[in-house]
Amino acid sequence: MNAKTFIKKYTMVIALVVVFIFFSLWTEGRLLYPQNLSNLLIQNAYVLVLACGMLMCILTGGNIDLSVGSTVCLIGAIAAQMLTKHNMNPIVVILLCLIFACLIGMWQGFWIGYIHIPPFICTLAGMFLFRGFGRAILDSKTISIPQSDGTVGKKFLDIFASYIEVPGIDTKEVKWSAFVLGIIIAAALIVITVLNRIKKAKKGYKQISAVSQFAKIIVIDILVLAYTWKIAHYKGIPVMAIWVLAIVFIYAFITSKTAFGRYFYAVGGNEKATKLSGIDTKKVYFLAYTSMSLLAGLSGLLVAARVGSVNGDTGNSFEMDAIGSCFIGGASAYGGSGTVGGVVVGAILLGVINQGMSIKGLDNNWQYVVKGAVLLIAVIFDVVSNKKTGKAG
Amino acid sequence: MAEFILEMKNITKEFPGVKALDNVNLQVRPGEIHALVGENGAGKSTLMNVLSGTYPFGSYTGDIVYNGDVCQFKTLHDSEEKGIVIIHQELALIPELSIGENMFLGNERKGRFGIDWDRTYHEAGEHMKQVGLKEEATTLIKDIGTGKQQLVEIAKALSKNVKLLILDEPTSSLNEEDSRMLLDLLLGFKKDGMTSIIISHKLNEISYVADKITVLRDGSTIETIDNEAHNIDEARIIRGMVGRELSDRYPAREHNVSDKIGMEVKNWSVHHPIYDEKKVVDNVSFNVHRGEIVGFSGLQGAGRTELAMSIFGRSYGTNISGELKIDGKDKNLRNVRDAIEAGLAYVTEDRKGNGLILEQSIAQNTTMARLEKVCNRGIVDVNKENAVAEDYKEKLRTKTPSVQQAVGNLSGGNQQKVLLAKWMFADPEVLILDEPTRGIDVGAKYEIYCIMNDLVAQGKSVIMISSEMPELLGMCDRIYVMNEGRMVAEMPASEATQEKIMSAILQSDKK
Repeated sequence: MNAKTFIKKYTMVIALVVVFIFFSLWTEGRLLYPQNLSNLLIQNAYVLVLACGMLMCILTGGNIDLSVGSTVCLIGAIAAQMLTKHNMNPIVVILLCLIFACLIGMWQGFWIGYIHIPPFICTLAGMFLFRGFGRAILDSKTISIPQSDGTVGKKFLDIFASYIEVPGIDTKEVKWSAFVLGIIIAAALIVITVLNRIKKAKKGYKQISAVSQFAKIIVIDILVLAYTWKIAHYKGIPVMAIWVLAIVFIYAFITSKTAFGRYFYAVGGNEKATKLSGIDTKKVYFLAYTSMSLLAGLSGLLVAARVGSVNGDTGNSFEMDAIGSCFIGGASAYGGSGTVGGVVVGAILLGVINQGMSIKGLDNNWQYVVKGAVLLIAVIFDVVSNKKTGKAG
Repeated sequence: MAEFILEMKNITKEFPGVKALDNVNLQVRPGEIHALVGENGAGKSTLMNVLSGTYPFGSYTGDIVYNGDVCQFKTLHDSEEKGIVIIHQELALIPELSIGENMFLGNERKGRFGIDWDRTYHEAGEHMKQVGLKEEATTLIKDIGTGKQQLVEIAKALSKNVKLLILDEPTSSLNEEDSRMLLDLLLGFKKDGMTSIIISHKLNEISYVADKITVLRDGSTIETIDNEAHNIDEARIIRGMVGRELSDRYPAREHNVSDKIGMEVKNWSVHHPIYDEKKVVDNVSFNVHRGEIVGFSGLQGAGRTELAMSIFGRSYGTNISGELKIDGKDKNLRNVRDAIEAGLAYVTEDRKGNGLILEQSIAQNTTMARLEKVCNRGIVDVNKENAVAEDYKEKLRTKTPSVQQAVGNLSGGNQQKVLLAKWMFADPEVLILDEPTRGIDVGAKYEIYCIMNDLVAQGKSVIMISSEMPELLGMCDRIYVMNEGRMVAEMPASEATQEKIMSAILQSDKK
């Protein structure tokens, strides 16, 4: 791989590194404080979760879901009311909320997939509908989830917003369990890669060069170790990180490894050809929007737990963050291409910019300006570099 | 007047990694029809794009001398100003606009306030008369057929005061009747003194209209053949194109038709998906034996594609009725998945629109119709998938550096092979091939024919829909003729001739 193709392939990763270094220097290293690094993940958990779902929609042909911010609000409102007014068991609350989110998704997926309502319009309608329902349920008030010990609210918060503590190895100063987890992940990555290469060698399949593959793994390992080392010096592993990692992992697996995931790329690439290959394209749309709302529901729970309260503006413009992450992460605005890995990089890039600017105490308004500029630059770069290689129409 | 209206001298054009044109020379006399032939990728379209300014001056080397002047075209507009107009293979018309609006798009007839619509439609009508197009100038493009759309393109060229008309594969999507009309139109223009350059794969047409034939091969000029007498031997042209004598255009095959019937269709009727009172396929019955190639002949719009698609899991039309038997068993195929599982495959005529996902790799396209065959509990085994694609690449001799290559980067012939590979991988018993050789060169056609022969040798049934009669006569065991949704004739290929097929169509028209 020469320098040019390397830069092309890892443009956004390089951009992330540059932006990260820039903000680390600009904030005089404050961005690197364990607390800030830990918050970077927690505060952007909702973007990462939503962006995974949004990617599925975008893959089907650049279709977006505008209603996710409102769904976050609605589900958050339902959860908050169940926990405060009805004192319901948090597990039951979570299950009911997710089932309800799923129903919202099926509602939208039905109109979009089977009745061919344009997604933009259908989800715009959803954006109004669910925001309205959410506010009605909240009765235009801010509802706080009770945090005192023994309440159902506290149990709910523990499920999403607490930190893992393993008695015995964790001390007050250092949560060793986080670093141990880092070591386990790092080792697992190496073992999986080696096993994969052995399997390939046995069957005589083509291998990609060992140097570049292991170089990549080692870089990732170092990052994992450094990050877990840092958060070990704060409060340890946030439970929210596990939720997010699980979602990212599941969606990465679906899109890259399964036949089901392949269908999303196929529909976005050429819907007619996909249909004539015996794939149920209506179902693909249906499931894309169902999964999106399900994740929006989960996101609503995560946000409710992190903030500790829900109001009528919860989730406002979350859809834009998710859409922005996807396009910054290299998903095609016409569908058919994009990866979960790219989207994660896009989301973190946005997150680092946000975090860096808040640490520096910059006005919220400027954060919007910077976000807009980054999105535009990323997409321009994508279009121009594709044109050079003759890919874009 | 100069001896040549156009001289292209030592044109060389390079793309990253390939020399598309290498010292190409072309000389066109005023008032002649000059044909440009060559296999796909020989550089015909590139040469014409250089001439029209699509590839601007400076991106190539060599001289273009037009009417005695050395020209440096930087844009399409520069060349059009001099009266050079190119009509591309893929028509550049906007379906939602009217004929008149399309004709003057970018060249609007302006009045004092905005567009002068009366003048627009009046002038459009005049030009339409010149090309013999009997439609209203206010008719929308989407409401007229491809043949008429091609005429609109020509009328549009006339509106630009064309002196040198370049047509890139003008008849590739037309049926024989429309093609003949178009060619006669060109001959008419020639009488009026217009010069044309025509690019085509159809050698019989070239022999009919062209005065001079320039052969390109691998980016170089091979020769310019004289055809003033319009009687050139097609084999003579082919020899120039492929650099060898292609003695048999159709590979030999042992005709081993089995007694067993592979697929049988009885009283099949299909209605138009939008205008559901209109019958597109009307009470059609046919069968195909195992080990047999059956041809479907007919004009464009005869309902052959619609018949095939409606059989293939109801992917076209409404109110479909009739009986379908595969291997003697009644089948009710409700969707494409059912059809694939019943052992049916339909290889579309529109490989880019309906067949392939251009930005995806050869490997991914190959397995698309039967992805489960390379899956393990829903997880794609990429290694197995690549091995399968590699296997078909070898078998079908697809020219590509790797099966990871995006299909969009392949030439038409190789794309067609990937499409065939996709459906061969689905392992059907009955294959319906819709215009399998459209727009691909002689060499690739021959290879596709060989693949078809292999398939029937394995005892499979093949249905071939084609608008090129010689191909049907050369390849099939039996030929059905359709016209306006009805089956009008059936004949063994050994007794069939082009005249017989045409007369079957014409006679059914009179009824």
